[in-house]
Amino acid sequence: MKRTIVPLGPYHPLLEEPEHFKLYVEGEKVMELDVEIGYNHRGIEKLSESKTWDQVPYLVERICGICSTSHPFAYCLAVEDLLGCKIPERAELIRVVIAELERIHSHLLWLGLAGHFIGYNTVWMWAWKYRETILEICEKLTGNRNHYAMFKPGGVRRDFNDEQIEYGLNRIEELVKPLTMLTNAILDDPVIHKRLKGVGVLSYEDAVLYSALGPTSRASGVPWDARWDEPLAGFKDLNWKIITQEDGDVFAKAVVRLLECFESISLIKQGLEKMTDGPIDARIKEVPPGEGCGRYEAPRGEVIHYVRSDGSNMPYRHKIRAPTFNNLPTFRVSCVGETIADVALITASIDPCYCCTERVGVVDECGNEKILREDDLIRLSIEKTEQIIKDLGKIPTLYSKEI
Amino acid sequence: MDILKKSFKKSIWVFHLSAAACNNCDIEVLELLTPRYDIERFGMKLVGSPRHADALLVCGAISAHAKPRLLEVYRQTPKPCLVVLFGSCGCSSGIFRDSYSIVGPVDKILKEEDPDVKIVYIPGCPPKPEAMIEGIVMGLGAL
Repeated sequence: MKRTIVPLGPYHPLLEEPEHFKLYVEGEKVMELDVEIGYNHRGIEKLSESKTWDQVPYLVERICGICSTSHPFAYCLAVEDLLGCKIPERAELIRVVIAELERIHSHLLWLGLAGHFIGYNTVWMWAWKYRETILEICEKLTGNRNHYAMFKPGGVRRDFNDEQIEYGLNRIEELVKPLTMLTNAILDDPVIHKRLKGVGVLSYEDAVLYSALGPTSRASGVPWDARWDEPLAGFKDLNWKIITQEDGDVFAKAVVRLLECFESISLIKQGLEKMTDGPIDARIKEVPPGEGCGRYEAPRGEVIHYVRSDGSNMPYRHKIRAPTFNNLPTFRVSCVGETIADVALITASIDPCYCCTERVGVVDECGNEKILREDDLIRLSIEKTEQIIKDLGKIPTLYSKEI
Repeated sequence: MDILKKSFKKSIWVFHLSAAACNNCDIEVLELLTPRYDIERFGMKLVGSPRHADALLVCGAISAHAKPRLLEVYRQTPKPCLVVLFGSCGCSSGIFRDSYSIVGPVDKILKEEDPDVKIVYIPGCPPKPEAMIEGIVMGLGAL
């Protein structure tokens, strides 16, 4: 059958971020998929080298508006790793609370969008309505709905008072009932079962092979979680468990995210209740030469920040690895063989965040865009082989020009 | 032209475009559609094509890669078209101003393309949904 290329994006109503997908289809079936990103490239790693150690958290939280806690968290862990310092217990718990609030609102956001993609706008409206509760708690605790600016190397910037802690506990308790209702409604719905089960399956082997991260890997039965693997300050004393599912399809990913919301609610409650009085800042004076690495489990998967210091007041090198970078290539396994109608859903199922991923981009010097198709690649490959044979001076016995 | 003026007062349709934003304003724009803020009660509606749009909601500093696409989208909208710039990045490139891949504030780029362009600025990182609604309504009043 003839192959057709269906372009999706870069400004497509389904996608809120600009990205360009090329779907190679035969009839309705997707045979291959290519993704072109780079529309969101802002050069953050380079900018970070011109900011002081204390200014960088403001920059890295603007890598992505949804994981706006995870990036500063990983960055602060990296700087603290470099210094070898320990932060006060109260600061650890404040970090846990903010980070878990972010996880709930990110997962609900994803759930709403997934509902929107399959035409369940009720799910979208409900999920985002309950998400508002989380944003209100965030506003009360930190002063802003997103971009909390709470993190700094060595601790946190602002303290919670008793009124805020009580408010947080009450509001988060309010969320349990509607969230349980929403979870049950989704898990019972026969149409959602039909629509999501067996779609975009990522097997355990592929998840390991592609180093998928976060809920994408946990839905395939790989129990990877940076909060657990590398016992993070704050998390190790609290009661929680890793949620895994075996199937690896879109439904399993939805279940993992929904159940993780409950784990996060439990973590927030424990964190707020356990909080004792004490300092919130380890008061870092200066950063000596050296290097440090910080890992943290963002809602989408593991974030890694690496910093190198030459003893000045700015990072000499700052490297960021976002989870979508690992999760994007899994499309090649999960999308191939599915119908076009399912592609939007499958690509959405890893909760891709192009804002996080796009710190490295390759720009053609002339600004020209040349799309190499598969035929071109094969032709190039054959030409290269012929060139080698020419250089060699004799034809190998295995080689034949006719295929 | 009278018909245009009349129709602009009522329900405007908006097209949302994100170019090198941090995603936060985009999410807050979508937030406007959800039950808490529900801008559809003002007749505003998010549409899928710039050709149907009365207003263009632009988030983010513009990267070199996204600039031609921004201009293409702007050319496709029927004029007059209200351009609403969201957030600090949209208004002044914000924290990314000094980056090598950012080609400047959106208003400068659009004014080069069309000197008569009508622009509304809504600063904030991200602006609160209430501020967004007020900004768009004020922009309509100015048209």
